[in-house]
Formats: sequence, C-alpha cells, structure tokens
Amino acid sequence: MDGFTFTYDDFHVLEPVVVLCLFGCLILLSDAFLVRRVGKRGLNAVTALVAEGIVMISVLGYLAEVRAGGALSGLGGSVVVDGFGVFFNVIFVLAATLTILLSARYMESEGEHRGEYYALLLFAQAGMSLMATGQDLVVLFVALETMALSFYVLVGFLRRSRKSNEAAMKYLILGAFSSGLLAYGFSVLYGIGGSTGLAAVGEAVAAREAEDWATALALVTITVGLFFKISAVPFHMWAPDVYEGAPTPTTAYVSVASKAASFALMIRLFIEVFGSAAESWMPLLAAIALVTMTIGNLAAVTQTNLKRLLAYSSIAHAGYILLGLVAGNETGLRGIAIYILAYVFMNFGAFALIAALRRDGEAAEELDDLNGLFARAPGYTILVAILMLSLAGIPPMAGFYGKYYIFLALLGEGHYFLAVVAALYVAVAAFYYFRVIRACWLSQGSDTPAVLEMGLGSRVALIGCGVLTVVIGLFPQRFLDLAGESVLAAVK
Amino acid sequence: MEITTSHYVVLSTLLLVIGSVGILTRRNILVLLMSVELILNAVNINLVAFSAAHQQVEGQVFAIFVITVAAAEAAVGLGILIALFRNKHTVHADEIDLLRW
Repeated sequence: MDGFTFTYDDFHVLEPVVVLCLFGCLILLSDAFLVRRVGKRGLNAVTALVAEGIVMISVLGYLAEVRAGGALSGLGGSVVVDGFGVFFNVIFVLAATLTILLSARYMESEGEHRGEYYALLLFAQAGMSLMATGQDLVVLFVALETMALSFYVLVGFLRRSRKSNEAAMKYLILGAFSSGLLAYGFSVLYGIGGSTGLAAVGEAVAAREAEDWATALALVTITVGLFFKISAVPFHMWAPDVYEGAPTPTTAYVSVASKAASFALMIRLFIEVFGSAAESWMPLLAAIALVTMTIGNLAAVTQTNLKRLLAYSSIAHAGYILLGLVAGNETGLRGIAIYILAYVFMNFGAFALIAALRRDGEAAEELDDLNGLFARAPGYTILVAILMLSLAGIPPMAGFYGKYYIFLALLGEGHYFLAVVAALYVAVAAFYYFRVIRACWLSQGSDTPAVLEMGLGSRVALIGCGVLTVVIGLFPQRFLDLAGESVLAAVK
Repeated sequence: MEITTSHYVVLSTLLLVIGSVGILTRRNILVLLMSVELILNAVNINLVAFSAAHQQVEGQVFAIFVITVAAAEAAVGLGILIALFRNKHTVHADEIDLLRW
C-alpha cells in the first residue's frame, strides 16, 4: 500500500457506514441540545428513519453499479462491495427500519425513551454493514466489535430492570469471550498469510498441507467464536437469557440482524479462507447443525415464555441455515440467502406482536397472555397465524423456500440422512408454532386480559411483515433471483 | 537459547487457555472480565510476534486496534456491571440468577 491516497472510490464503498455514523452522532447531539427541550423523543426516531432512507438509496445505487460493472473495491481492496455485500446491507436496512418503527412506543412505555438508543442502533448497523463488505481481518474485527459493543448496551438499555442488566452482563461476558477467540484465530491467520487481506490469507492456507496445526488452531478458534455469535449448540446458552431480558425491539434486532451479519462473516471466512480445508470442517459443521436443530426444537416445545420460545426456535433456524453451508453448493447458499430474507420478516413480525402485548401497563410475554386475543383483535391474530406458519416453513409462506432450497441442496450433495432428520424436525417445530396460534384462540381466564397497544410505527411494522411474508411466499421469483445474484458473488 | 516465533506462540496459547479456563470456572464478574483481557493480550502477543517474523508493521497496527477494542469492551463491561450492582448489590455470577443460565 505504498503511496496510498484517499480517492472518491474509497469514500464510495464506505457511504452507508459514514452516513450511519454521522447520523448516530447527529442524534446524540440533537437529543442533548434540542429534542430534550422540546420533549418530543419521537423526533429521534424520525432522524434515524431518515438515515435508513439515505442508506437504502446508497445501497440500491450499489446494486445498480454492481449489476452494471461488477464489484466495487476501495481502501486498497480491504472493503469490496459485491452482490453478497449489497444483499446483506439490504437485510440490515430492513431490520434496522423495522426496529426503529417498533421502538418508539415500546421504549416510551418502559420509561427509557432516549436518543442514545437510536444512535446505538445506527452504530451497530454501521458495524454490520462493514462485516458484510470487509475483505481484511482488521476491518472485519473492528466491524464485529462495533456491532457487538453497541448490542451489549442496547440489551441492557432498561437500566432499572434487573432482567435487562443481567442479560447485558451475560451477553457481554460470553460475547467478549467469543470475540477474543475469533481475534485469536485472526492473529494465527495473519501469521500464516503474512497479510491481513482475506485473499492472500486464503491462498496461504491453501498452500499448506492438509493436516497443518496452525490452520487447525485458526479454524477451531474462529469456528467456536462464530458458533457463539450465531448461537449454535453447545454455545447457545446466552441466547434465551438475552432474548428474554432485552427490550423486545432490541431482541428482534439482535436475533435477526446480528445473526445475519455473523452468517455473512461465516460464509466469507469459510468459503474464501478455509475453502481449501473444506473436508476437515464439513463433518464438524454437519454435527453441530444436527445438534443445534435437535436442542433448539426440543427445548422450544417446553417453553411458556414467548420470547424464550422464539429464542429456542431461532437456535433451530440457525441449525437449518448451517445445513445450507454444509451442502456448500450454489443451491445451498441461495437457500441461506432466501432463508435469511424471509427470517427478517417472519421473526420481526412475531416480536412486533410481543412488543405490543401489554397487561395492566406491564409488558406481557407469556404464552397464556395470548389467550382470547382472537376475540379482541382478529385481524392481528390472523397476521400472527401467517407469521407462525411461515416460521414453521409451511407453503405458501416465505419461510418455506429457504428450507426447500436447503433440503434440495442437501439431497443434491448426497446428504440424505441430514435431509431426512431436518425434515422430521420441521414437524416438531410445527407443533410449538401451532401452540402459539392455538393460544390466541383459547378463551380467556379470569384475569384482566392482555391487550395489543400499538403506535403507528408498530402497526406499520407488523402489517408490513405479515404482508411481505405472504408476498415473498406467493411471488418468490424476484427474491430468489436477488438471492441467487448475491450467492454468485460469494462463490465467484 | 534464542527465542523464536514458536516460543511466543506457545506463550500466547498458554494465555488463551488460562483465559478460557478462567471464564469457564471463575464466578466473580471482575475476574471474568480480566480473563477476557488475558485472551485479547494473547492475541496481541501473537500479532506482534508474527509481525516481527514477517518483517512488517501490519500486525502491530492490528494489535493497536485490538488494544483499543479491549479498552472499549472494558468500559462497556464495567458500565453494565455498575448498573447491575446498583440493582443487585453483588458481583458474583452465581447470585445473578433471575434468568436461568
């Protein structure tokens, strides 16, 4: 990198990150000097939505450019915007927008509606954006930590709630541990490659013999670190606690966006860096995926708290997505992409419902709190049924296509056992998703009923999620094409 | 005896193991945070040793980023610990039991 000068290209690949960071700082300042005096905290949410709008325009601009002329490279090749990066950036914009829509009313009710909340949402997204486009170990590590540190604070944002404090503490300890392991793996990779660029490291790894101890050390530490981040069994213990303790909109954000970002990082590292060592990690990954589906699905059956139920179900979803990586072919990766896209809408919809559910002014999160909901809000209950069917993977909902392509990929690669077991667990999953639907139709006990308290934002978010789940399910072609495009960029 | 890169790698691996065991067995949250720092310092030793072996500065630059991140992590960790301590008056992981581990 001799004689490096900062040009327009370098700035261009960083646009979303720059916009997000600037708007994050703007929210902090305007909250301190302006919004706090006016007393309308909703203005912060509006500023954050403006930021999302600008980022979306910038990302769609990338899409047009990538389609016309291939990947954009900047900063000496350490940040590369390709179809893969664009796809995940779209996911992050959608997830952040839905979170912002969901947050205003919820944080107001919890008495913690502050500007810092929105600033942290944007900072976390800046980190995730770089995780999907970074091509350099240093960039990826700093991006990952930007995301993670913002999430630790977001999870503990309800300062007066002990549950929220505890969840943040557990998330921080285990998150920092996993980041440490990942960083250790990165340092070994740097030792192997003599460079921090992913391409150079990948070549160096491929040049070493198969049973190399340094590659093994890097592979093990990085894999364990990533398994923590995607909450794969046996590194999943933090997930239910964090999901339960965190403010519900944050839970939705963590469960969708941080998981998508971690999968983006995982796919990049496993294909670009460890692609040559595929034979050594494939069986390990298959075993972990199998255990993850088993524990996730079976534990979800016994849960009575809605957020914990969704936490275990999201662990099971991580297992399915891992299977796509086990198959490792184009169909499998396309399955992962469409799975994650559908997952954004169906999971957000489910959490939007929980965020709106309140009893006597307190957040209501138990399965029983749904009782009698059909009589009071039939329209929303039907949306819930649609989202649950989609989560279960029943056609013609969006959730079906991810599972379909992943099963197809497994069969194509001859992993019949994995495909059969995964298909069987769909039945188990259907059982507990149907329990949620059934709870809405059960009649109410003697207590005061839980009601749906929704602002305009959460209404838009919930209806949008429900409608898009059906639209993707009924007209999947356009979304499948987009997913396919992103995959082609990843496998090159 | 000459000290080679592999000596540094052995040292860093030992630190990694000590840190990991600390996180898995200790119960005081302050000690847990120290164990995390230990792991990040193992990373730094690796980076600086490899940087010297490769005759480059890239590894040292990476190490500076790791140190910065470690500082930020400690700041956030202690902040959350203070919020927790105000509500719970304990720093022991065993007594933080509202949510099942």
